[in-house]
Amino acid sequence: MKEFAFIITFLLIVAGVAVVRAQPADDAQLEKRMQALTQQLRCLVCRNETLADSPADVAEDLRRQIRDQMKAGKSDQEIIAFLHERYGDFVLYKPPVKSTTYLLWFGPFVLLIGGTFLLYQYLGQRRRMIADKPLTDEERKRAEELLKQQVG
Amino acid sequence: MNRLLLIPLILFAVLVGFFFVGLRHDPNGELPSALINKAAPAFELPQLQEPSKSFSPAEMKGKVWLLNVWASWCEPCREEHPWLVEYSRSGIVPIYGFNWKDDRAAALRVLDELGNPYVLTVSDADGRVAIDYGVTGAPETYLIDRQGVIRYKKALPLDKDTWEKEIVPLVKQLNR
Repeated sequence: MKEFAFIITFLLIVAGVAVVRAQPADDAQLEKRMQALTQQLRCLVCRNETLADSPADVAEDLRRQIRDQMKAGKSDQEIIAFLHERYGDFVLYKPPVKSTTYLLWFGPFVLLIGGTFLLYQYLGQRRRMIADKPLTDEERKRAEELLKQQVG
Repeated sequence: MNRLLLIPLILFAVLVGFFFVGLRHDPNGELPSALINKAAPAFELPQLQEPSKSFSPAEMKGKVWLLNVWASWCEPCREEHPWLVEYSRSGIVPIYGFNWKDDRAAALRVLDELGNPYVLTVSDADGRVAIDYGVTGAPETYLIDRQGVIRYKKALPLDKDTWEKEIVPLVKQLNR
């Protein structure tokens, strides 16, 4: 219970920091859209932070730029295209599907299908290895004797 | 021995291989620029020394030139500065300054103290044009060809090696 309270407190603090960092937008709806969009984009300075979370100066400029474009009525797709044109694939947390990213996108499925196939093969082999071996007459007689003893 | 027992070992070796490569990879290294071989974005910005005058890359059509992003608050730029002064004297390629998100007085002081390697410097005080160029930090240097296309970008301070092995040969090739 104590740990639970601790985790909740921690999460609240983290959420609070995230809110403080984000510049307040004119209206809540725009801010919500900003959050959703900048969560998918990567900051170019703090390389492993989203554009939404990064305190870097450049990230601040980019957020201002995005906000301006949203106010100008640009769609999320248009804004992403704008940034992609300037900063390349690196700015996208969700990489585009293209020849250099096929392995990234389809690799896990290939592994899953390949793994299933191998597992299936292996299990089939095992089943063949432990094929039924019927008891000989002698063994059966002995088994019956043992059973009788048990019952008796 | 069952050959299947070797599988975890092999997987482990592959994993170690990935770590070996991954850990040696500099996470803050240079990123490939999205603007190489694309037209240098147009802009019209006031000049640092004479704010009443402006400068636009369109004026440089027909020339090979360098655009160097710098700022007075940028420590590595100071390191780079003496090199730029030296290169500008060599006359191999004109260097234009792009003063990024800077205070005008502070920027002018740097040029006074360390010398001015730039033909002229433009001020991008609010950093809007820098976004068009995909600037992520300072210093950054762009090499722009006679057609106004960005042919090269360095997102690190220029040094002797970069200058002699990368920039000078490319400038010569582009000027041919």
